[in-house]
Amino acid sequence: MATLELKNIVKRYKGQAVLDDVTLKVADGETVVLFGPSGAGKTVLLRLIAGVVDPDEGAILIGGEDVTDVDAEYRGVGMAFQNFALFPHMSAFDNIATPLEARRQAPGAIKAGVESVAKLLKIDHVLSHKPRALSNGQKQRTALGRALAGSPPVLLLDDPLRNVDAKLRFEMRLELPRLLDTQGATVVYVTQDYKEAMALGDRIAVMSQGRIRQLGTPEQIYLEPATIEIARLFGDPTINLLDVKPAKDGRGVYVGLSNVQVHLAGPFEQAVGRDCVIGLRPEALSFVRADAPAAVPVTVEAETPLNEKTVTLVRTVRGREILVSRPAGTPGPVSGNAHIAVNPKSALLFDRATGDRIGANKVVALKSGEAA
Amino acid sequence: MEHTSTLERVLRGAALALVVIFFMFPLFWIFMMSFQTNETILRIPPSIVFEPTLSNYAALITGRLETAAGTLEINFLRTLWNSVFLSVTSVAVALLLGVPAAYAFARHKFRGSEDIAFTLLSFRFAPPLLVLLPLTIYFQQLGLSNTYFGLVWVYQLICLPLILWIVRGYFEDISADVEYAYRIAGHSWFATFRKIALPLAGPGIAAAGLLAFIFAWNNFVFALVLASADKQPVTVGALAFVTASGIQYGQIAAAIVLSITPTLALALYAQRYLVEGLSLGAVKG
Repeated sequence: MATLELKNIVKRYKGQAVLDDVTLKVADGETVVLFGPSGAGKTVLLRLIAGVVDPDEGAILIGGEDVTDVDAEYRGVGMAFQNFALFPHMSAFDNIATPLEARRQAPGAIKAGVESVAKLLKIDHVLSHKPRALSNGQKQRTALGRALAGSPPVLLLDDPLRNVDAKLRFEMRLELPRLLDTQGATVVYVTQDYKEAMALGDRIAVMSQGRIRQLGTPEQIYLEPATIEIARLFGDPTINLLDVKPAKDGRGVYVGLSNVQVHLAGPFEQAVGRDCVIGLRPEALSFVRADAPAAVPVTVEAETPLNEKTVTLVRTVRGREILVSRPAGTPGPVSGNAHIAVNPKSALLFDRATGDRIGANKVVALKSGEAA
Repeated sequence: MEHTSTLERVLRGAALALVVIFFMFPLFWIFMMSFQTNETILRIPPSIVFEPTLSNYAALITGRLETAAGTLEINFLRTLWNSVFLSVTSVAVALLLGVPAAYAFARHKFRGSEDIAFTLLSFRFAPPLLVLLPLTIYFQQLGLSNTYFGLVWVYQLICLPLILWIVRGYFEDISADVEYAYRIAGHSWFATFRKIALPLAGPGIAAAGLLAFIFAWNNFVFALVLASADKQPVTVGALAFVTASGIQYGQIAAAIVLSITPTLALALYAQRYLVEGLSLGAVKG
């Protein structure tokens, strides 16, 4: 088993930096999810770790050893590709056997190794099939099996669930953490699906434009996003973002919603008088009676039941649209006028010009960067 | 499926028949000629009714040509063997050099790689006569003229660009990720080339090899200038039938039949492979 360390990685294509000073430390046995929109540099970063792409600057350390100039075949990593990249002329068995063959194991040991991995992934009945004859799910499992077969200390998974159907993706999302735990490997997992990222990652590194924007546990990323962009990427329904200009009175910092002063809890002094964006998770809002403190009058526009929760679209007096979610089955207004209250502790404030979170976010981001 | 009328089917059949006749008739006529004497071939009007004779084939195989002016020694079987030897060796050498080069051009973009590849391709569109004179002089100075070695070397002008460019396309069509996956699994680049790239480009390599073989076999002008009697391939050897006492049409026809038989057989055998291989590059599965 091994730690993985990336130090100030820079990679340019045609003068354009696709990775710009990326530093990341993955502890032994930890799963770090690289999350971000396409073009963020996630896949390139994974390929750099695998050794099929060379960095222009920076160093890659596996188990404390500098492997920056080591060829891919000597790095001892396992990798599953998004497009599976199975060897089309080999059976599933031979595909999975390739890492074992490279280690010059005896035929008996190879057979045993392949079969145990295949059993784990429930593809032992299709081992004789060529990739062409496999379903997408079986292809994906074969690709995963090939990555796992050599019991590599570092496992790189490039969006392995991207090309499989929704049902299988859900199954695998449940199955993968257990699988990765039994392997005990250090895992770097790339995905564009925030639910996958939250389900699988011990920590999540949110990337955009070649940089890691925030690194932290799934809870930290969700509750304390470093920027508006990150806040928007996590959560379904997405976070409510409203332009506000915080002010201050004797009770603290407040913002105006539907001409009601909503006081916020948090070190937001520096935001007073600045152009800000307030971020309110739909579940941080609730319907209240009109006489409740700081009740914001709204009109109900539409309601969408989403299995475990009900999402209501409401409009403030100034015409701004807000999503409010509540657990399914709880009572709520269906139409007409209503009032909502903001949970002051979960409100997020962002600087409108830079998009950075105001308040505690800097401290949080730095702390999580060091945590292992 | 769209409904096609009877008329349309008939017209289509007629058009196809026309095309087949256009291309196959000369072959058919030559085949008929090869069983006739010069007299029956040249009679007017021509007729497809004749007394078949094997004398043309007999003359070719024994190497003795009876003409009005006397007996002529023609070592036809020797030229046939030369053709086989030159074509097979040239294609083998071109594959040995061209396939790894094609892989390098496909996978590694290095400084000037496009220029080198294009220069190699330009051998194909420069007219052979352009290079023939300087080549002849060089070969005489180097002692390469009229040697198999020299001929195989010159044949690389025909075979190498063909194989290089066709096979390169096949290598480029292989997903780089598939090769990366094999490397990451712990195999060297050479093992990746052997176990992944070569098998996956196999049909393309076979098709390119076959095409190069046909081109090499049909070559005339290089061998005409650079080889003398004992190293000549059939294409040049057939010239000997233009004798002092006239053109020996019967023997020429028989020689053509014998000389196209190997390539025809090879092409027929590999036809499915060839078409599949050549179109595979265009329409990826």
